[in-house]
Amino acid sequence: MLIFIARRILQAIPILFGVSLVVFGLVHIVPGNPIDLLMPPEASPEVIAQMKKAFGFDQPLYMQYLLWLARAFRGDFGLSVFNATPVWGQLMTALGNTFVLAILAAILGFTLGVVFGLLAAMFHGRWADKVFSAIATTGVSLPHYWFAIVLVMVCAVLHDWLPAQGMGDDSLPLYQRLQYLVMPVITLSLIPMGVIGRLVRATVLEILGQEFVGALTAKGLTRWPVIRHVCKNAAPPVLALMGLQFGYLLGGSILVETVFNWPGSGNLLNLAIFRRDIPVLQATILVLASFFVVLNLFVDIAQAAIDPRIRR
Amino acid sequence: MSQTTVDFVTRQLTMSEETLQAPPAPGYWRAVGQRLARDPVTITVTIILLLIVFISLGAPLVAGADPYAGSVMMRLKPIGTPGHWLGTDETGRDLWARLCYGGRLSLLAGILPVMISLVVGGFLGIVAGYVSGLPGTLIMRTMDVFYAFPSILLAIAICGLLGNGLSNSVIALALVFIPPMVRISETVTTQARQLDFVEAARASGTTTMQIIRHHVLANVLGSILVYATSLISVSIILSAGLSFLGLGVTPPQAEWGLMLNSLRQAIYVQPYVAALPGVMIFLTSMCFNLMSDGFRSAMDVRLNK
Repeated sequence: MLIFIARRILQAIPILFGVSLVVFGLVHIVPGNPIDLLMPPEASPEVIAQMKKAFGFDQPLYMQYLLWLARAFRGDFGLSVFNATPVWGQLMTALGNTFVLAILAAILGFTLGVVFGLLAAMFHGRWADKVFSAIATTGVSLPHYWFAIVLVMVCAVLHDWLPAQGMGDDSLPLYQRLQYLVMPVITLSLIPMGVIGRLVRATVLEILGQEFVGALTAKGLTRWPVIRHVCKNAAPPVLALMGLQFGYLLGGSILVETVFNWPGSGNLLNLAIFRRDIPVLQATILVLASFFVVLNLFVDIAQAAIDPRIRR
Repeated sequence: MSQTTVDFVTRQLTMSEETLQAPPAPGYWRAVGQRLARDPVTITVTIILLLIVFISLGAPLVAGADPYAGSVMMRLKPIGTPGHWLGTDETGRDLWARLCYGGRLSLLAGILPVMISLVVGGFLGIVAGYVSGLPGTLIMRTMDVFYAFPSILLAIAICGLLGNGLSNSVIALALVFIPPMVRISETVTTQARQLDFVEAARASGTTTMQIIRHHVLANVLGSILVYATSLISVSIILSAGLSFLGLGVTPPQAEWGLMLNSLRQAIYVQPYVAALPGVMIFLTSMCFNLMSDGFRSAMDVRLNK
């Protein structure tokens, strides 16, 4: 097991390195220096040169990359070219806000997905299966940004149940701040619910068809202990997908955050794109993607812990 | 097992070159067709999809109004207004006409990336699976790096940096979909290489290109086509999402995601009209999803005995 973990960690290092290259390279697929794009056309060449020097854009590309990487290791992503505040601070605040949404949406979505998938598989072919499968398919097919708008329409415009957007003031009492969470969390939980539900149903059905399940029943086990065995066998692929989905929740909530004006990492990324704020853009993508790599690492290890066959 | 292998080798050796391809199970596609014909859900969603395609392609015929002609007097009319049965948008343009015309760009922006990634990813995967060694490793390790990005994040980053426009959104989404395609076709190719009849074909002197064309491609195409149809649904949602963020199609062009965004401010005035473009995105992606499910189960030999 230790060897497996060590090998897996070693494999993640070149991937992280590649990720940093891609993130850095992405910015440079567009011609032009980031400073040239930002400065007004009437700025004098001296000022532009000074700005380039201040932000390190005057160095050759590979030096820029190495310097950027070296500083990124220390958590120093430089200053935002838009408002000259440290990128790290902005990013951490935004990530914290996204994290709250992602964790809650993951808990809600995974729980519903597992319950629906399991029930659909247990009642395979009957009406319960059809209802739960329909819910899961809807969850996968819904454009969640549209669902968010419809939720706002129903809960904030037509009725006055919940606040339409933002995340509320720190001064508000807790239950009021929680109200701001309700709609974004429900919206974000839809996709994980659908994806996990469909996978749980398919996996459990496959396992129910295997011989050992029949053997367990023949041995005299009642329904629930059998289900327990089935769940244990279904866990590794479901767990892997949960890891992926959690990563998507962290990195992909940009659309939902835009609709609800939630000050998270997605919103930060969106702003950075429109402001052409390269340092913020690079840092956000790098941190989110690294997070995703580490998350997958943990998932692999967890899978191996449950199923020794994976440890080859 | 070994007996059938021997049979196969002898049969292949006595056969002419033309008949070397992997023989599909007799009547397989007919059986698939029969199963589909008995599946009401798949038939219904296919008809709905055909209708959506029809109103998009035939937009000039069915729209009945200019999708770009606005009117200050007719802004944000409700559903059922005479002359504008689905109402009007924030600049008084007929919503039905815009939905019809919008289907063209939305479908194109959704389907094209999947097709590009199908061709490119399938090709790279077959190469990686067949040419093991340095080229194969290089391809797969590069894909691993792209896999490390959450897909929406990667698409938004690429699209945001390339600038908005339909072609950039197509490029961004195609790049996002290529890695999974490569992975699937690589796995299938590696499996197909080790099949007994492929081994037999190689032993009997079939060239690599012929093996790839007849045996590997037949196996790979089946797997990635099924995957591709399920991707279309995701792709339509994502491409509309990119336009929704202002990264895809540029105004005043009609596209469902963009329309949803520009009508977003109108939910306080005309909530039902504002929700319509989203209904179209939802309906289309739902139908593609269900159709993909239907084809998958009809083509799965194990599920249908």
